[in-house]
Amino acid sequence: MIEFMLNGQKVSSQAAEDTPLLWVIRDEFALKGTKFGCGIAQCGACTVHLDGEATRSCVTPVTAAANREVTTIEGLDPQNKHPLQLAWIELQVPQCGYCQSGQIMQAAELLDKNPNPSDADIVTHMNGNLCRCMAYPRIKQAIRLAATMSEGES
Amino acid sequence: MAKAIMQDEMPTLSRRSFLIGSVGTVLVMAFGPLVPAGCSRKALSDRQFSPTVWFEMDAEGTTLINIAKAEMGQHVGTALARVVADELGVAWNDVQIKHVDTNPKWGYMVTGGSWSVFKSFKQLSQAGAAGRMVLLEAGAKMLDVSTTDCVAEDSFVIAGSRKVSYAEIVRNGEIDRQFTAEEMEALPIKPAADRRLIGKSTKALDIPQKATGEAVYGLDVERPGMVYARPLIPPTRYGSTVKGVDDGAAKTIDGYIGYEILEDPSQTLQGWVVAVADNYWSAQKAADAIKVVWSPGPTADVSEEAIWAEGTSLTEDKGSGVLFVEEGNVDAARSAASSMHSATYRTATALHFTLEPANAVAEYADGIWHIYSGNQWQSLILPVLSKALDVPEEQIVIHQYYLGGGFGRRLYGDYMVPAVLTAKALGKPVKLVFTRSDDSRFDCPRSASVQRFDASFDADGNVSGIEHAAAAGWPTLTMAYFFMGPSVDGKEKSVDGFSINGADHWYSLPNHRVRAINNDLAQRTFLPGWLRSVGPGWIGWGVESFMDELAALTGTDPIEFRLKLLDGAGKNAGKAPESVGGAKRLADVLKRVRDKSGWSKELPADEGLGVAVAAGQERTMPTWIACVAHVKVDRDTGNVDVKRLSLCVDCGSVVHPDGALAQVQGSTLWGLSLALHEGTRFENGEVADTNLDSYSPLRMQDVPELDIEFVDSDEFPVGLGEPSVIVVGPAIANAIYQAVGVRVRDLPIRAQAIKDGLQT
Repeated sequence: MIEFMLNGQKVSSQAAEDTPLLWVIRDEFALKGTKFGCGIAQCGACTVHLDGEATRSCVTPVTAAANREVTTIEGLDPQNKHPLQLAWIELQVPQCGYCQSGQIMQAAELLDKNPNPSDADIVTHMNGNLCRCMAYPRIKQAIRLAATMSEGES
Repeated sequence: MAKAIMQDEMPTLSRRSFLIGSVGTVLVMAFGPLVPAGCSRKALSDRQFSPTVWFEMDAEGTTLINIAKAEMGQHVGTALARVVADELGVAWNDVQIKHVDTNPKWGYMVTGGSWSVFKSFKQLSQAGAAGRMVLLEAGAKMLDVSTTDCVAEDSFVIAGSRKVSYAEIVRNGEIDRQFTAEEMEALPIKPAADRRLIGKSTKALDIPQKATGEAVYGLDVERPGMVYARPLIPPTRYGSTVKGVDDGAAKTIDGYIGYEILEDPSQTLQGWVVAVADNYWSAQKAADAIKVVWSPGPTADVSEEAIWAEGTSLTEDKGSGVLFVEEGNVDAARSAASSMHSATYRTATALHFTLEPANAVAEYADGIWHIYSGNQWQSLILPVLSKALDVPEEQIVIHQYYLGGGFGRRLYGDYMVPAVLTAKALGKPVKLVFTRSDDSRFDCPRSASVQRFDASFDADGNVSGIEHAAAAGWPTLTMAYFFMGPSVDGKEKSVDGFSINGADHWYSLPNHRVRAINNDLAQRTFLPGWLRSVGPGWIGWGVESFMDELAALTGTDPIEFRLKLLDGAGKNAGKAPESVGGAKRLADVLKRVRDKSGWSKELPADEGLGVAVAAGQERTMPTWIACVAHVKVDRDTGNVDVKRLSLCVDCGSVVHPDGALAQVQGSTLWGLSLALHEGTRFENGEVADTNLDSYSPLRMQDVPELDIEFVDSDEFPVGLGEPSVIVVGPAIANAIYQAVGVRVRDLPIRAQAIKDGLQT
C-alpha cells in the first residue's frame, strides 16, 4: 500500500509497486484528465506535478509518489480557472484536446518558476510536449497571455 | 468519382419531407417520410419516422441540435449548429449540441474528406429556414398580426414593439407542419449579408472541457465488471497464424488473468493473441512476457525499398493502371516534341500517430453489443463488427466519444474488433487498449508512393503534354470497395479517387494523361490508410514539384508559369455552386500570396522562396490554396530552416472563422511535419518506427512564422480540414531549389538528400 496526497487529499493505492502513477491516477482514483500517449515520457500527455515538478506519470512508478504531493489537471485550480485554463479558452487553443491537460500542467510549472517567460523560455520548456493537432502557435500565445493575467493579479 | 460519393450520400435525405410538430412540451424538427396532412405531430411523437431528428426546442427555448459527426479537433458541432441556428433565428446562447451514438435514423455516419460543412450546409440551412417560418407563423398568430409584419431573430418573433419568445411559442404547442422536398428546396435561404452567426466570431462549444480535463475520450470509458486487455500483434498484417503460446512468464504478474487466441470470422485480425488482466499495467506487462510462436504471412520480408521498386516499375510500364485523365493525345504530343523532361517523385510510408492510441470498450448487455469508442466512420465498421460477432448490425451500438485525434486513422474502426472478440470469448466487458507501439504496428499508414511525369515541349518551348503515372497502396480498395470509382474509359470500380485526386488539377494542358496504379505489393503487405489530405497530400508533392521543374526549364518565373496555365478555360471554368470561378480563383490566391510573401525581393545567400498551389481534396469540392515557403539551407549539414510559410485560402463562405483558422494552422504544420519530420519505412513486413524515440512529428521549436489569409467570400463553403497539408511540402522543395539549386524528389526531405545534391 502506497500513500500519497492527490490533489490535496490523502489516498492509498493498492497497485503493484511498479505500476506507473498514470494508471493509478486514472484507473484506481478515476481521474481521467491525465492521458496516455506514448508510454516512454516523450509526448507529455501524462504530465502531472509531483511536489510541484512537472513529471511524466507514465514512467513514474507509484512508489516514487509515496508521501509526496501529486497534482493533476483536476487539482490545478479549485474552480478550473487557473490563468492558463482561462487563456486556453480565450485563445481557443485545443483542437482534439487530448494533449492539453499535459500541456497545461507543463506550462503551469513554467509560470510557477518563471512568471514572465520569454518566447525562447516557453519553447524550451514546452518542446517535450507533443501536440498532434499542432496547435503550437496558440499554446505559445496562451502561455504569454496567462503570464500577463497572473501579473495583473499580483 | 467524387461526384458518385456525393450522390451515394445525399439522395435519401433530399427526397424526404421535413416535419415540424409539438410533441409533449417540445417542438421537434426532423426529416421524415411524407405523412398525411395534419399528421406530423403524431408521426414525430410516435417516433415513427425513420429519420434524422435534427433538432428540438424545449419549453425554456433551448434548442438541442444533434450532431452525427465525430469531434476530433475541428469543432464540427459548433460549425454545423451555427448553420442551423442562423437560419432558425435562435440566439446562440440558447443552443446546445449533442454527439450521438450509432442508430440507423441518423443516416450514413462518416466524418472525413473535409466534407462535413460542404455536404451539410444546404440541408441544415433549409431545415433551419423551415423552422423559422413555422415559428414566425405561430408567433404572428399569437401576436395577432400578419407574418409579413414580423421578423424572427434572437429566439423571438418580433412585430414592432411587441414580441413573443420562441419558448412561449413552444409552450403554446399546437404546431403541426410538413414541408415536402420540393417546398424545402424552394425555401428562401438568407442572403450572406443577413447572416448573424455564420462567418461571425464565436467560441467553440467543445473547448472549455478540453482545458479542464473533463472532456471524455474513448480511453476514459469504464464499464462495471470490465477487465483490461492488450493485443499481441502478429508479424504480418495478413496470413499470420499462431503456432504456440507460452504464458509461463506472465503467470507471476499480479492481476494477470490469461490470454485468448482470437478467431475472427471477419478476417480483420489474422493471428491475434490478447493478454487479459484486472488492470491495464498488468495486461501491458503480460503481453510483453507472453511468448507467441507465429507462422508469419507471405509478406514477412517486404521492405520500403521493395515497395518503391514495385511502384517505380509499375509507373514505367505504360500498360499499367487505369486512366483517370485523358485529354487530347499525349502520344501525338510526344511524337511531335522538340524535347522531353521526365522526373520521378516518391513519398515514404507515414503514420497517423493519433495521440490517443486505438482503444475500445466492448460489452454485451440485454441482447445488444455496446462498443464505446471514438470513430469517424461508424457505418463502415458496423458490417465488419456484425461479421466478427456473427450478429445482425441492429444488435450493435457504437457509443461516440471525443477522438484524441482522427486524421483519417479512425475512419476505420478495426481496432474495435479485438475488443469485441475478447469480450465475447470471456463473456464479460473488456477494455482493450493498444500501447503506442501496438497502435503504430496496427496503423493503416499512408502508403509509400511513386509518381512519374513525362512532359513534352513543342518547337516554341511550350509544354505540349504531360503524362503522369501514380502508384501506391489504395485505402478504398480494401476498406470501402463500394466507394471505388470508374476510369475515364468506363471501367467500373477501378479507381481509388482517394489515391489519385489532385492529378486532375486545374492547369489547362492541351494533352494530359493520368494513370492511376495500385501498388499490389503495398496492398498485400499492409492496410493502406486514408491520412489527412489523402491522395492530394502526396499527389500534390509530384504535381507541384514538377510544375516548378518545367518553369525552370522554360526559364519562367514559377508563379508566372502557373498563372499562364490557370486560365479558367474549358473544363477549368468551374461551375455552380461549388466551384464558381474555377481556376481563376486559384490564380487569385496565387497572386495574393505573391504580393504578401515578398516574392521578388532579394534574399541572402542560401535562402529561397518556393511556391505551390492546391485545389483541395476533390475537383467537385475545390478549396483554393496557394503557399509560399521561405527557407534557408545549411550547406554543411543539409538542414532546412523553414523561416516562414505564407498562405492564402479561398474556401468560400467561412462558417466558424476562428475554427477555420485553427484548421489551416494545424494542417499547414502537418504539411511541414510530413515534409521534414515524419516518415518511416517498412522493414521485414512491418513499419520500422513505432514510437517517439524514432518517429518524430513536429515540435514547438520547429514552428515557423505563419502568415495565413482567407479570401472574403460569399461563395458556397467547401472543405477545410485537410487541404493546406498539400501545398507545404512542394513549396518547401521548390524553395530549396531556389536557395541552393538542389531538386529533391523524395518526401520526407532528408538533409542527406540535399547534401548529396550539393555534391553533384
